[in-house]
Amino acid sequence: MLPFRLEKRGVPSAGLIWGVSLAAVAVAMLLTGVLFAFFGVPPIEAFRTIVERTILDARGLSEVVRRAIPLMLAGVGLTLAFRANFWNIGAEGQLLIGATAASGIALFSGLPAGAMLPTMLLAAFLAGAAWGLLPALLKTRLGVNEIITTLMMNYVAIYIVRWLINGPWKGPSLGGFSYTERFAPEAVLPTIGTTRLHWPTLLLAIALALFVAWLLARTRFGFEARMMGESPEAARYAGVNFFKTTLTLILVSAGAAGLAGFGEVAGIHQRLVDPGSLSLGYGYTAIIVALLARKNPVAALVTALLLGWVAASGDVMKISLGLPSQITGVTSGLVLLSIIGSEPFLRYRLVRREPARTPSEAI
Amino acid sequence: MDDQVWITLARALAFSTPLLWAALGEIIVERSGVVNLGVEGMMILGAIAGFAVAQTTGDPWVGLLAAMAAGGAAALLHAVFAVLLRSDPYVSGLALTIFGLGLSGLIGRAWVGRPLQNAMEPISLPGLASLPVVGEIVFGRQHILTWGGLLAALILWVLLHHTRLGLIVRTVGENPAAADAAGLPVLRIRILTVVFGGVMAGVAGGFLSLAYRPSWGQGMTNGLGWIALALAIFALWDPLRAVFAALLFGAFFTLAYSLQSQFPPQLLTMMPYLFTILALTFTAVRKGRGAFGAPEALGRPYARGER
Repeated sequence: MLPFRLEKRGVPSAGLIWGVSLAAVAVAMLLTGVLFAFFGVPPIEAFRTIVERTILDARGLSEVVRRAIPLMLAGVGLTLAFRANFWNIGAEGQLLIGATAASGIALFSGLPAGAMLPTMLLAAFLAGAAWGLLPALLKTRLGVNEIITTLMMNYVAIYIVRWLINGPWKGPSLGGFSYTERFAPEAVLPTIGTTRLHWPTLLLAIALALFVAWLLARTRFGFEARMMGESPEAARYAGVNFFKTTLTLILVSAGAAGLAGFGEVAGIHQRLVDPGSLSLGYGYTAIIVALLARKNPVAALVTALLLGWVAASGDVMKISLGLPSQITGVTSGLVLLSIIGSEPFLRYRLVRREPARTPSEAI
Repeated sequence: MDDQVWITLARALAFSTPLLWAALGEIIVERSGVVNLGVEGMMILGAIAGFAVAQTTGDPWVGLLAAMAAGGAAALLHAVFAVLLRSDPYVSGLALTIFGLGLSGLIGRAWVGRPLQNAMEPISLPGLASLPVVGEIVFGRQHILTWGGLLAALILWVLLHHTRLGLIVRTVGENPAAADAAGLPVLRIRILTVVFGGVMAGVAGGFLSLAYRPSWGQGMTNGLGWIALALAIFALWDPLRAVFAALLFGAFFTLAYSLQSQFPPQLLTMMPYLFTILALTFTAVRKGRGAFGAPEALGRPYARGER
């Protein structure tokens, strides 16, 4: 028997949530530091170099933010789904299909300059939403586990993109390369200066976070979605329409991931490229973003910046420190592991066990 | 009968092997009331651990032991979080998968695309391999782990349904409070089943990197761990049904690949994932008609006195 036991806590305060989350991130960074040391670079020096070249350097900072943009869009969308206990693990596929739809419009629609980008954006949103629709229908109508179906849809999306860029959409002028032709200038998002920071998408992400926060806090839909997540029994009793609410939330959640795909093709690549270089696993990292934000859409903007920083630091590790850039993947995983490891601190407090009443009888 | 049928069966057997091992592990885990979504992560850690150790020692069987140990160790993490600390089991399993994919990428970066020096060799089953027509095709060149998976399914089915141990595991999954009242150590049993599931996922991963495709490629499990999760549901948490389910999956995939000349390869590679969605839908429809469902306490952490 341990001398302590866990006692249930009431609703944790905002301060406690922030403290525990920060501590979780600190633990993940500490363990990353151990990895640095393992690869022969003193951790303090490594972190100093990374911070100097990412946060304290204008160009480096722009790289952090531009990697945070898709994480913000997809992550904010996921906070909404997770609130309602809809485990959308399919942001990756929704992002890819959004990117595909935007690319299709850019390459083949021939729309005039003024209509091009808005149409691409709309197409990406609708395509992402449509990609989430099948799992949502299967879950609400038949009770099929959405975790597996949304994840399977990721692979389907990956192979659709691969097929398109190797087959029907392959740029005829590109010889052996597997991607589409470059978009016309009117289908490309403006960036700040010479950076790759496509600022309209950043504004879109911030607006989306505020919109989702408003949805959750102030609308009947948001109330019903939260009730579905917190107490499905009560929600059913109160007559919440699970079907309608789930479809609405997947429209926003998966649509947001689709928008992230729009930003990547219209802002960065300017063509549809292989899923491996298009997304870098943004859809999966967005899960960490949403969970670290404790499913709060506005907080997801902050956590997206953090994980965008982790992703951007991979370049510094490789180029300036001679470290394997794959460390970032481990760091992301460690962040999620620390979050889950820290969760009990929010729900329980450690209490000293009362001494046994009759110690003499104990064997 | 045409040789083609037997060739398909032989390939389906090989393809279904990693799915079967991982699904069998998850079936036992879920029968004890715990969900572990980390199968993909445990599998890929098994694959890289097996590959790294086999490449270094030159012995694929030592590699397999390492794969099992890696899968079990990863699962222990899930056991601590989801069983002991009662954290959200979904998040914990996802964390395991994301972490596993990241860590395996780091460990394996030097070996990407390198073949394994000393791979596991297929064997010929004595007796059966000399049967006319079928023998050589089906029994002549399979891996030991393929037959081992079938044997494991049989053993687990007997253990689960016809022994006291199986009854204990099932009780813990159906009604942990009653099991607790009867004096069974619920948490300890669940931790053990979770670790067992990890070891099985480790074998599945080891099979991939040591026998099936004796090499290392980043993310080489490519969703097989998730398909195995679906398989556990599709097989209604029964080890023997898992054999038929895995073979069905294997046969379907093999058939899809045999259409390679008519369809673009990317669209065929997509098929397993679509088929998985179809299989889950089919299971759900069947469940709606009253077939038996999931273990009663599946996915609910147990704490004495709480609900």
